[in-house]
Parts: sequence; C-alpha cells; structure tokens
Amino acid sequence: MTTRTVGEPIPRAEDPRLLTGEGRYVDDIGGDALEVAFVRSPHAHARIVDIDVMDALDVDGLVAIYTYEDLRDRMAEPLPILIPHPGLTHGRTPYVLAKDEVNHVGEPVVMVVATDRYVAEDVCDRIAVEYDPLPPVVGIEAARSAALLVHDDVPDNVSAHLVQESGDAPSAIAQAPNVLELDLEIERSASTPLEGRGVHARWDPDDRSLRVYTSTQASTSVRAAVAAKLELPADRVEVIAPDVGGGFGVKIVHPWPEEVLVPMAAIRLGRAVKWTEDRREHFVSSAHERGQFQHVRVGFDDDGRLHGLDVTVWHDNGAYTPYGIIVPIITTTQLLGPYKPGAYRAEFFSLYTNTLTVTPYRGAGRPQGCFAMERTMDAIAEHLGLDRVTVRERNFIQPGEMPYDHGLTFQDGRPLIYDSGDYPATLEKLKKLIGWDEFAEYRAAARAEGRRVGIGIACYVEGTGVGPYEGGFVKVETDGTVVVATGLTTQGQGHQTVFAQVVADELGVPVDRVVVTTGDTRRFGYAVGTFASRAAVMSGNAVALAARQVKEKALRVAGEALEADPRDLELADGEVRVKGVPGASVPLSTVAVLSNPLRYAFDDEAKRATQFAGPSDPEKPPVAEGDEPGLEATGYYSPPRSTFANGMHAAIVETDPDTAEISILRYCVVHDCGTLINPRIVEGQIHGGVAQGVGGALYERMVYDDAGQLLNASFMDFLMPYSTEVPMIETDHLQTPSPLNPLGIKGAGEAGVIPGAAVLASAIEDAEGIRISRMPISPSELHDLRREGHGAADEAP
Amino acid sequence: MKPPGFTYHRPQTVEEALDVLAEVGPEGKVIAGGQSLVPMMNMRLAAPQHLVDINHLPDLGFVQVEGQDDGRSGVRVGATARHADVERDHDAGRAVPLLQQALACVAHPTIRNRGTTVGSLVHADPAGELTAVLALLGGSVELRSTRGTRTVPATEFFVGLLESCVEPDELATSALFPVPVPRTGSSWVEVARRNGDYALCGVGALVTIDDDRRVRAARTAYVSVGPTPVVLDVTDELDAAPLHTADWATVGRWAAEQLTPGDDIHATAHYRKHLAAVLTERALREAAGRAERGESAESAEQIDGATRARRVS
Repeated sequence: MTTRTVGEPIPRAEDPRLLTGEGRYVDDIGGDALEVAFVRSPHAHARIVDIDVMDALDVDGLVAIYTYEDLRDRMAEPLPILIPHPGLTHGRTPYVLAKDEVNHVGEPVVMVVATDRYVAEDVCDRIAVEYDPLPPVVGIEAARSAALLVHDDVPDNVSAHLVQESGDAPSAIAQAPNVLELDLEIERSASTPLEGRGVHARWDPDDRSLRVYTSTQASTSVRAAVAAKLELPADRVEVIAPDVGGGFGVKIVHPWPEEVLVPMAAIRLGRAVKWTEDRREHFVSSAHERGQFQHVRVGFDDDGRLHGLDVTVWHDNGAYTPYGIIVPIITTTQLLGPYKPGAYRAEFFSLYTNTLTVTPYRGAGRPQGCFAMERTMDAIAEHLGLDRVTVRERNFIQPGEMPYDHGLTFQDGRPLIYDSGDYPATLEKLKKLIGWDEFAEYRAAARAEGRRVGIGIACYVEGTGVGPYEGGFVKVETDGTVVVATGLTTQGQGHQTVFAQVVADELGVPVDRVVVTTGDTRRFGYAVGTFASRAAVMSGNAVALAARQVKEKALRVAGEALEADPRDLELADGEVRVKGVPGASVPLSTVAVLSNPLRYAFDDEAKRATQFAGPSDPEKPPVAEGDEPGLEATGYYSPPRSTFANGMHAAIVETDPDTAEISILRYCVVHDCGTLINPRIVEGQIHGGVAQGVGGALYERMVYDDAGQLLNASFMDFLMPYSTEVPMIETDHLQTPSPLNPLGIKGAGEAGVIPGAAVLASAIEDAEGIRISRMPISPSELHDLRREGHGAADEAP
Repeated sequence: MKPPGFTYHRPQTVEEALDVLAEVGPEGKVIAGGQSLVPMMNMRLAAPQHLVDINHLPDLGFVQVEGQDDGRSGVRVGATARHADVERDHDAGRAVPLLQQALACVAHPTIRNRGTTVGSLVHADPAGELTAVLALLGGSVELRSTRGTRTVPATEFFVGLLESCVEPDELATSALFPVPVPRTGSSWVEVARRNGDYALCGVGALVTIDDDRRVRAARTAYVSVGPTPVVLDVTDELDAAPLHTADWATVGRWAAEQLTPGDDIHATAHYRKHLAAVLTERALREAAGRAERGESAESAEQIDGATRARRVS
C-alpha cells in the first residue's frame, strides 16, 4: 500500500524552489514592461487645489500621466465596499486617484507611467500638487471627541455602531458579587509582508483580452473587480497570483487602486505596464490594523465565575472602510475565547481618522479581543487572590457542552456556534509543558540571584474556515501525473504540499506525483480567497471531494478493463488492483488513457486509446450517456458555518530591574486545529504567528504625529522582530476533529499571533506587579510605569 | 525608492579621486560601503550629482598597528577597511580591545561586511558607536585633498548631527585609534530595541588603575544622547578609589546628570538618562575588572612586529 501522508510532517514541496531563488513573484515577470510610480498625498487631510504637470512633461522616458480628470465611467466612481453590513451606516471608500480631497498621507493623487521606475519617480518629483490643508483627525481620542470630522457628511466620525447581546449583561453585572472595570488599549501594527503589493498587466489587442498578475490573496475576485471597473467581459480577463511573498491579510483587500489603474494604463497604452510597491509606499498606502480602545465591565462571583460581561470597543478604521467592519465584529465575537461569559453585551464604534485605512491583519481583530478577555481573567484572579489558571478553568466551556451556541452572529453572518474542542485538556497540556505549578520555585530561585521573572497565560478560540465555498479540480494525466487546481491563492502556507497530501491519499499515488496550482483564474475560476485561516479547511476538503469522484470513476473504468466489480478494487501505488489478487492490476495512467477514447494517435499513449486499439461494444457509444471523457472531476466544499480551532500560550519573561529590558525566556504553545494534515507546516504557521505576536507585544507600532505623518515608515524605525527577538517556541498539539467537514480539519494560519499581546502582558504584569493595560510595551514605557510607582519596581529583586 | 540620476566616478588612484572631488565640489559625495548613503539616496533624502566610488583605490583597505611619534601606539584603519576587517583583526583587537567590543554592537554582520569604519566616522551618526570610540580614545582622522593633508582630532572632527568637518573636496583616508596607556581596561555596553539596532544609549569606558589597584583615570563616552559623541572624565568623581570600594553607581548618576539626551519615538529623554546612569556603572565596572585582570591594551612593541602591518583585501 502507498504510505498515507496525511498526518505526516513531510517536507514542503515548494521549499527547494523558493529557497534557491527560483520563486517567481510579480516583479520578476515581464521585465520590459513600462513602470508606474505615484504622486501620493503628503498631507493627512487636505483639499486638492491644483495639479501642475507642465514641469514634468519634458522628462525623457515619460509615457503618460493620469489624474482623476483622466478617469471615465466606473473608474471615476469610488471603490466598492467589499463587505457591506447593515451596521455600516456610513461606509466610505476612496477614488482610485484622489478627487478634490485627500484623507491620509499616502493616498494616490497622480499616476505616472514611464520607461522605468527611476524615470517615473523623477517625473513625480516634478509634478506640483497644490493643497489646501485641513485639520486632521489623528488617533482614537480625537476621533471619539469629534471636534473635527474626517468626512464632512459622517457625524461623530462613526462609520458603524453595532451592539450584540446575549442575555441581559448590565443587570447580571449589577447583581454580581464582584464587579471590575478595565480600560485597555492596543496600538496599530501592520501585515508588512516581505513582498509588498505589485501589479503587472498586459492587454492583447487582437484577442481583446487582459492578463493581470497581482500579488493578491483573492485572484478570482480581483478578476471580477477589474472586469467590472474596466467594463470588460469577465471571460476576457484572467488574473494570476504568481508566487506571493507573504500576505498576512493586507492582500485580501481588492481591488486596490493600483489593481485597476495599472490594467487601465495597459489597455490605453497598448503596452505591458507594471507597478511594484516599495517599502515606504507600503507603510503609507496599503493598510494597518489593531488600534483599539476597550472598556470592560465584568461581574463575577467569589469563585471567579463570570455572571456578565459588557465590552465597549472604539475601533480606529482609518480613512476609509473598503473591507467593511469585519475587524471589530471579530473582536467583539471572538473575545469570548473558550469561556462562558454569562450574559454578554458587546458594543463597538468604528471610527474614522485621517490615517491609513484599517483592514484585517493576521488575527483580524482577535488579538485585541483576546487581550480584552485575558486581561479581564487576570484582573479577576488578582481581585480574588486566585491562581490565574483556576479562574480560567472555572469559566471554560466543557467538552460535553459542544456544540456550544453563544447566541451571537459571527463575521460570516452565521450563528456563533463552537463545533468542538477540549479546553480543559488543552490547559492541562500547557501547564505541564511550561511547568506552571513549579514556577513559584523558579521565581524564588531567580529572586535570590537578583533576577525578576514572571509567567503569563492566554487562551483563545479562533473561528476558521469561513464560507461561502471553495472548489477543487483533480485530473489524472495519461502519464500518471495528478494535476490539482484550486482557485484560492497561496502566500507561502505550503498549499502545494498539503493539497497534494490530501489528493495523494485519496488516489493512492505517491505525493510527488501530484502537482498543485493555486490562484490562477485560467485553471479554476470559482473561488473566494485565502484569509480567515480557511484554505486547508475549504480547499482541502474540496480537493478531497473531487479526488473521491475521480477515484470512483477510476474504479469503474478499471473494473471494465479488469472485468471486476469496482467494489473489489482498490487504489494503491499508482495502480488499480483487484483486492487480494496479486498481479491483477492496471496502472492509473492506463485508466486515464481508457477514460478518454481518441481518434488521433499523436503519441504512444494516445495510440492505446484510439478506436481500433482494443475490443469495444459496437452497440454502445464510446463515451457512455451521462459520462464524460477523461479521468477528472471538480468538487466543491461549502460549510454550514465556521469551525473553531483553539489554543493556549504561556510565556516566562525576565525584566531587567535596571534597564527595564524585557526578554522572553520560554514560550509554550498548545494548539488544537483538529486533524493535522502536516504537523511540520502547522508548527511553521504557529512559529510565524508567534513571531508576529511578539512583534505586536514588544516592538511594532505605527507612530503618527498630530499632523498625521507616520514617523516610522521604514524597517529602520518600524521594529519588526528579527530572529534574535523571537524566542524558541515549544509546541504540543491536541487533535479534536471538526464534525463539520469530511477531513475533520480546522484552520491554523492565524492562531499563533492571537494571544501574543495578552500572554506577554500577563507575564510582564506578573514579573513587575504593575497593571499592564496597554500594548505594545517598550523598555522606555515600562520604565515610565515603574516611575509612576504602579508596582513592585522598588522591591528589592 | 529609486535615486535620481547621478554621475558615477571610479577613480583608480587617491590622486585621481582627489582631483574628481576638487572638480565636483559640493555636488560630489564619496561612497565606500554605502550602508547609510545608499538608503538616503533611495529615499531621495540625499541627491549627490556625482558619486565618487573609492572602493577601487589601492592600499586603503588596511588595518594596522603602528607606533606614533609621541611614543604611543595606535590602530590605523584605512578608508575602505570594512568594520568586519577591523573586528576580525587579531592585532587590532590586542592593541585596542575597545574597537572590537564596540564593533560587535554595530548593526548586523552583513552590514559590518560592507560598511567601512572610516565611512561611519565621516557619516557622524549620533548613534554610531565608532564616533564615541574615536572620541574616547582621543583619536584622529586623516583628511586629504588637492590642497594638502591634515589630521583632525576627534574633538574637532564631529561638528553636529550627521555632520563632520570633512570639506567637500576632502577624502578621509584613514582614522587612528590610539592605544590607551598601560593598565587600562575598556568596555562598551549599550541598550538597543532589537539586536543590532541603533543604541538607545551606548556607553564606552576606559579605566586605568595604578599598582595599588586604585583608579588612576577613568573616562566614559556616549552615543545617542546628543548630536555628537560626548566624552566625560570621571577620574575626579572616583577620587582614586580602590577598585573594590569604588562607587560606580554614584558616578553613573553623576555622569547622567551631565547629559541632555532628547526624546524620540523609541525612548524618552528620561529613560535615556536613566540608561546612561545604569550603563555608565556597568561599563566602568567591566572596564575596571578587565584592567585588574590584565586584559588591557597592548602597545605596538608588545605585538609581534612581523604581523603588525597587514593589508586587508
């Protein structure tokens, strides 16, 4: 039998190519294309008075300059709100090139096309845009006060106000024996993939068709958006996501202005045109996330059990709302984590500011929600003098209570019902892994050496695998190769490996005979995209379903060839065999040949499939009624609702009593994403997520000044952690299968990042005895907290 | 992030380089490692019309320990010697251990492989470790132009934020890092946000002890607390204290009071000042310990003459 590969940590098929520089990213494609650069707003808020290009026209190599005045029809309309919601009463989106007003630094105003990027930037330098500056709204406090407005027609800067309730939280809290209130804050960060955005477009004037390469997480939807904006028939547009150097959420947004402007220029100029975002542009013109203020009121009994939880969130959505209000919806629904909140009320205000637009970044609102809930759990434990894990244990949803209905509506518009999970078992594993019960001894020993250490914990539940659907195509070629295609895209997750594992097992072929293509509308036209930790759940199950259809047909066709009942056949080692009869087999490649009767013998394999190659029933058509030629199938998977993965992290930190430097000594993760397809890939996802979690907790922030200028728009001052800042990560797994899908899997992509800020705040608080209510935290800020005398800083360590 | 156009010059001799610099004047800029200049050009914060590449000049890649007229020795570093060349030079390490102690904190290995020590001095970044090392050691930079050669002491070399006294037509051909007097220990300590980042505060220390293991002289130098490196003589504060009773912490606090660091997005002025106190204490303590253990600088005579001068390619 072919060895099963699902569940095995096989190496990633894509790594040799990517690690030896053989990757093919947007900027690697079509080196002779014209190149684009943008004049972007230097102001956070201003009216455009005049655009003067005269001084730029004689630059050698200039091809075209476009401003809003040059846009026509749908291109002259604002970009779409991708995910409308009844609560989003005042959604606003930008024009592809600013019309009259700019609302954040970096908003595109003029597009320049030139022979190369150097010339294009020279031209940009010589275009004079006259602005009439308006006072900007920067930061949540300013937005909330509404002394100034971002959009004149949006009262109080509120794009959306939403309340969700389950039970009567205010009265439950009023009647609870204990009540605590917390004010919390999380600052902005961003996806910052190594490869920024990029678009390459070619127009074929003979075929009247457009090909677009774009660094996206949603090529099929980009195709629909480009076709709609440029008013082209969809079947004349093909969109391909080549190798994508990371997405982390920012590339799910579409169409970006550049994604429709570059194709527009390609059509108008009849030339290939490309734009490659540089790092400075990425910081000010893509998207950020995370920034929130939170107010928590919680009522609980003397055992620490929640009676009522009432959370208000002020969410900074930046200048526009192209991706709707997904992030605050996720924050307010997912903050519940593995707990029963008693009665629950969540309210959020999504606020405009004159800063870069906020759209999902890995975790997508969950890190903020987890921070709110886990800070609350620690506060309850401190208030009651209980162990922090005890308070958590007492509030867990128990395995026997699954499926658990929270009585709320999740981000996909479906009920928030947890499908499965064993939270007490997860916690037990984590306590063992980190040595929770032995930490007191360790702390005492460290204190004796003058060292200050602390331990923290944070738990989360992550809704993954949101619908509506994904599809998969599986075909056995006549040489035995199995080609697989799915429409969602890949940004480094290892889809080529895991989808191949799933199909290889279903068809009994070696995994290296399976070739996977993703994100290419020429190969698969129906898809949603790669986000919300959904790819493995959605496309994994879709390709499994397609492969099962292929298997069924292979058994039928082989049964005829072997004169055997398909029920007596099995697929293994690339063959269809009669069970228990050695030698009675036919290679899968031959089955592929037999499945496609041919007239023309263009090669040896084809010759075997022509009309005179073998006996056939002259009374029957070569392809039976209702059947199709070829050994291939398309399958779709559409879930009833999301599946909920969970995990718990614990960390031990050391804080320097003198310099306030914070070091992570240990970082432990227990993770349950259902059935594991490839443990190595899941661990890799966790490691990457933890790295970003550490970044968000200790290093990364977007520093805007009062004028709305981003002061740290470079990797010199935006402190993404280096490998030297990321701790060794110790992991353990539970596998609680999802009952919702055939493979029993749950998503794993975002999990690692979710509890980062929460677990490190918990550990730093434990080390310092200072209440930590705002993350990230730097040594300078910890120093300030110590000076404010909030805690044990003066205790002799 | 593409630079505007410029004329690229690749002189083959120092004389040719000086001619080009004299000709292009203020429109010209010397490029060696390019680790600061190229990002500034790509961001269009610097736009020299002429770039004079000195990487092809012969005989400027040296790191050598040499005797001086005043009887002291020094490590002389040529204009195209990389940080990594200095860091790995065994004799330089023996002569001036402070060089290697500080270089370990200069950015990351890949940057040290390209960036030049002399270039970092000319760039005069207020966070550049080597500026403080040169100032602490009382070193100098040799500048050449078609007008002649001059040697500028560190005290006069750093003029302001990202500003050294190098005239547009001058080429910094080498820098001299003098060997401290015998029985001197050194230390470099700093706190940076991430490994290899610019220091929030960096402190170098030299402590010289006498035969009775008392502090005979002590000086400290700082980066990231002002536009130019700051050197403090803390000898009087220590008042010839015996090593084991010296109150390093009090001296650290005194030193911090002499400094006026600023706020930026990574740290407040107060925190920087606090770091200066803590790190001064740590640096002095470590330097004193090294002096006591005899891990001090060696003169050129002590270093085997056969390996003294070496050209680093």
